[in-house]
Amino acid sequence: MNFRTMTAAAAMLALTAPMLAAGGADDDTLIINEDLEITTKAAAAPHLDGHLDEVISGWHFRDDDTQAMEMDDFDNPGMIFVDQGIDQWNAVEGSEEKSCASCHGEPEEMAGVKAVYPKWNEEAGEVRTLQMQMNACREERMGAEPWKYDSADAINMEALLASVSRGMPVNVAIDGPAAEMWEKGKEMYYTRYGVLELSCANCHEQNYGNYIRADHLSQGQINAFPTYRLKNAKLNGSHDRFKGCIRDTRAETFSPGSPEFVALELYVASRGNGLDVEGPSVRN
Amino acid sequence: MADGVKPRVKVPKSASAGEAITLKTLISHPMESGQRKDSSGNAIPRSIINRFTCEFNGESVIDVTMEPAISTNPYFEFEATVPEAGEFKFTWYDDDGSVYEETKAIAIG
Repeated sequence: MNFRTMTAAAAMLALTAPMLAAGGADDDTLIINEDLEITTKAAAAPHLDGHLDEVISGWHFRDDDTQAMEMDDFDNPGMIFVDQGIDQWNAVEGSEEKSCASCHGEPEEMAGVKAVYPKWNEEAGEVRTLQMQMNACREERMGAEPWKYDSADAINMEALLASVSRGMPVNVAIDGPAAEMWEKGKEMYYTRYGVLELSCANCHEQNYGNYIRADHLSQGQINAFPTYRLKNAKLNGSHDRFKGCIRDTRAETFSPGSPEFVALELYVASRGNGLDVEGPSVRN
Repeated sequence: MADGVKPRVKVPKSASAGEAITLKTLISHPMESGQRKDSSGNAIPRSIINRFTCEFNGESVIDVTMEPAISTNPYFEFEATVPEAGEFKFTWYDDDGSVYEETKAIAIG
């Protein structure tokens, strides 16, 4: 190779290297167990007009090794907790001596449930997240103690319910009686919090695909929750993630399970309408 | 005994004679190193799986000594040649004396 072509090659490298290193979404396809294809990119729902054109799962923002872990249930450490969730599903608890299975049968019969939560509950007159509904079941039908929000037991069960809904599109209702809560969540999403004065949108709408320090910013979609994070080797709930994000803006955060986070979960989940349920997922 | 310990292994159902196959094993275990302290400052006692073995029809395939630096839910992936039909036996030895076992049969075909 003569000197001229070498400089040309070096110039090419200099040009392409930053593009390779950019933090944008890749074009890979997520197929779980070589069988189940997951929709990880979709046209944005009408209520995102003027904000996003396309919604993208956080899976696309991770590197190939992390992505691969989610493509096989054996390699996905989150499935350990799904196994524990199955044990909980069949465990008889409380004064009524019932398990989840006593009323609901097999976990597979709950397919599609995760996709529509958070959801308005007419009887209770409130928007309920999946964990709130699980606890309502435990208290009212089983006579058992409720689980603490985002505790290991609650997250295991949420992961089990997510796993049986994988491949089904998120379809959270935002109209009717849920609209008020949804508006509240939307307002939170665009409110700047903390010393750093950052809103959710500043990072996840205006800067997804860019770097935040050494990491890639995703759209902050929650279709793939609960998510197994390599950094803490356990499943994480969406409220825990919200809390972490608000903490990172150096603000006083809300608590997991608080009305504020329920509203935010409803709004953020609705931003993922059209993406498939993907949990338990694997992320950094 | 540590809570929630559950071994999982992935072995192909069949292989051709002499073929090298990939085995994957995972066991859920906290692997408490003994170096950490709880919220009141007391050392949390060490509790790890200290040995993992795999045998095929009684013959050793792999024998691993595990140390405290190994992270939670240890995962091993390795290859083995399968000369004949038989059974893989996987054994994990816990610090507290518990032994967790799992077996998988493999056919030639």
